[in-house]
Amino acid sequence: MSETMVKLSGVTKSYFRGAMEIPVLHGIDLDVPTGQFLALMGPSGSGKTTLLNLLAGIDQPTAGHLSVAGEDISRLSDGDMAKWRSRHIGFVFQFYNLLPVLTAYENVELPLLLTNLSGKERRQHVETALSIVGLGDRMKHYPRQLSGGQEQRVAIARAIVSDPSIILADEPTGDLDKQSAEEIMTLLGRLNKEFNKTIIMVTHDPSAAEKAELIRHLNKGVLDR
Amino acid sequence: MKVFKLVYKNAFRHKLRTFLTILGIALAVMAFGLIKTFISAWYAGARAAAPDRLITRHAVSIVFTLPMSYKERLLKVEGVKAVTYANWFGGFYVDPSNFFPQFCIDHTNYFDIFPEFLISPEQFEAFKNERKAVIVGQGLADRFGWSIGDKVTLIGTVYPGDWDFIIRGIYTGARTDTDETIFYMRHDYLDETMRQQSPGRAGEVGWYALQIDDPSRSAQISAAVDKQFDNSWAETRTETEKEFQMSFIELSSAIILGLRIVSYLIIGVILMVLVNTMTMTARERISENAFMKTLGFRGYHLAGLILGESLLIAIIGGVIGMGLLEMAANVAKEGLKQFFPGFTVEPTTFIVCLITAVIVGLIAAIFPIQRALRIRIVDGLRVVD
Repeated sequence: MSETMVKLSGVTKSYFRGAMEIPVLHGIDLDVPTGQFLALMGPSGSGKTTLLNLLAGIDQPTAGHLSVAGEDISRLSDGDMAKWRSRHIGFVFQFYNLLPVLTAYENVELPLLLTNLSGKERRQHVETALSIVGLGDRMKHYPRQLSGGQEQRVAIARAIVSDPSIILADEPTGDLDKQSAEEIMTLLGRLNKEFNKTIIMVTHDPSAAEKAELIRHLNKGVLDR
Repeated sequence: MKVFKLVYKNAFRHKLRTFLTILGIALAVMAFGLIKTFISAWYAGARAAAPDRLITRHAVSIVFTLPMSYKERLLKVEGVKAVTYANWFGGFYVDPSNFFPQFCIDHTNYFDIFPEFLISPEQFEAFKNERKAVIVGQGLADRFGWSIGDKVTLIGTVYPGDWDFIIRGIYTGARTDTDETIFYMRHDYLDETMRQQSPGRAGEVGWYALQIDDPSRSAQISAAVDKQFDNSWAETRTETEKEFQMSFIELSSAIILGLRIVSYLIIGVILMVLVNTMTMTARERISENAFMKTLGFRGYHLAGLILGESLLIAIIGGVIGMGLLEMAANVAKEGLKQFFPGFTVEPTTFIVCLITAVIVGLIAAIFPIQRALRIRIVDGLRVVD
């Protein structure tokens, strides 16, 4: 049986506007085994991205326990959290979030600047990541010289370059045409199958969600059973 | 990729904006440096003053003269090694607009006490042997195209009439800020002429220069000198050469203060230019900084990137400004040489300009760094769903 990569017990998240509490997530329980490809679906405002942010350690739950990659991340300090995130989390955003002044190569190299790898080792990692996403011949291209699909593939290469424990994808096909979206989903499927990467993906797109191993629905902050 | 490359690429992300910011800083640094050089040139005389020289003048004002007979009494004051004297001549060459300082000096020893004026022994000998001989500075000779042997007529204002001279020497300065625009004539020529034309004005000097044996005793020696002439019809005031020069500079203290204020305002302008650019940068990169944090970049990483960017722009602007300053000073030097012969950008001015640019770079980064540190990742990414 696979190890548990993500474990959430009674996780609640509320935002506060002045004295008013706005509940977003209600008592979420979730187990994600290592190597699973999970799609989270739900309407806008259902709390999908909030849940993803909690898993990435970029937001804190109001209550409950949250363990990712064997670490109770709700107990980490900001500094330890940043270190943990750089080691364990690969994030893929809807709008790619590539730095426009850096080439594809340099964008992918960015997370490795936080490591102790030598320049040569970084080069090997970056070239490997870009070849996995099929952009080995676009290393010197700037984001403006790439299509949306290619930009997202660079973003995926950046997410996997440090070999994270888990990939979190927030609407990775939301800004792409159908064909590019297909390519991205095929790529994520490959990363899951060939490299045994645990992937949790938030999406509105049913055809994208179909590529996942498991689909869970969030509605008004409640996860389906 | 090195971190510096990221700093560099960020700094030049908006090329036009960065170029204009650098240009603004460069021009402001140049203006700041020029004003500083101008003020420094104003103080050149005081800076060039020797610690072992005292100046004795009339206690009431420099415009009143002292008797020549004081020389022997001054020499008897303990601690005084040598005494020379000079007088302001106050004339012009051809046209009143041709201003330059003219002094009637004790030709026997003036240049021994003021060794910063370098003259060849042959020229000095010729000067001593001829009453109408003069020694002029190299800058003055260049200005009017004079050379050794030329006859020059000055039209006197303090001592009216046409005064004929012959150039027997051209001196150069021992230091870069030594004034090379002075016209030195012999005091005995003036004195003899006055004896014939206006006897009441003969036997007078403008001030005495005293060489002392111990600069640390200048206060006591000054007091001893002035005591000699207490209750005489021409009481004296003795002070160090530096204090003497400063008393002239203080006449222009309001102008200097004004210039200093303008120079500080210019630093404010430099700061505003860069703060504006860095603030725009901070606003534009909120989500980018938040995203960098998701990658694991810590607050100090972002602070380092922002600080590096701010410093890079400030230092490039500062260095270009220093280059412009050197060029502008060379141009200004030509136009100002008759008023400020020592108008040269000093190494300390370059250092101050660079330090100012660095400080401006540091200050301009404070607000963007605060903003980058404070922003929560989720707010920066604006991904609350």
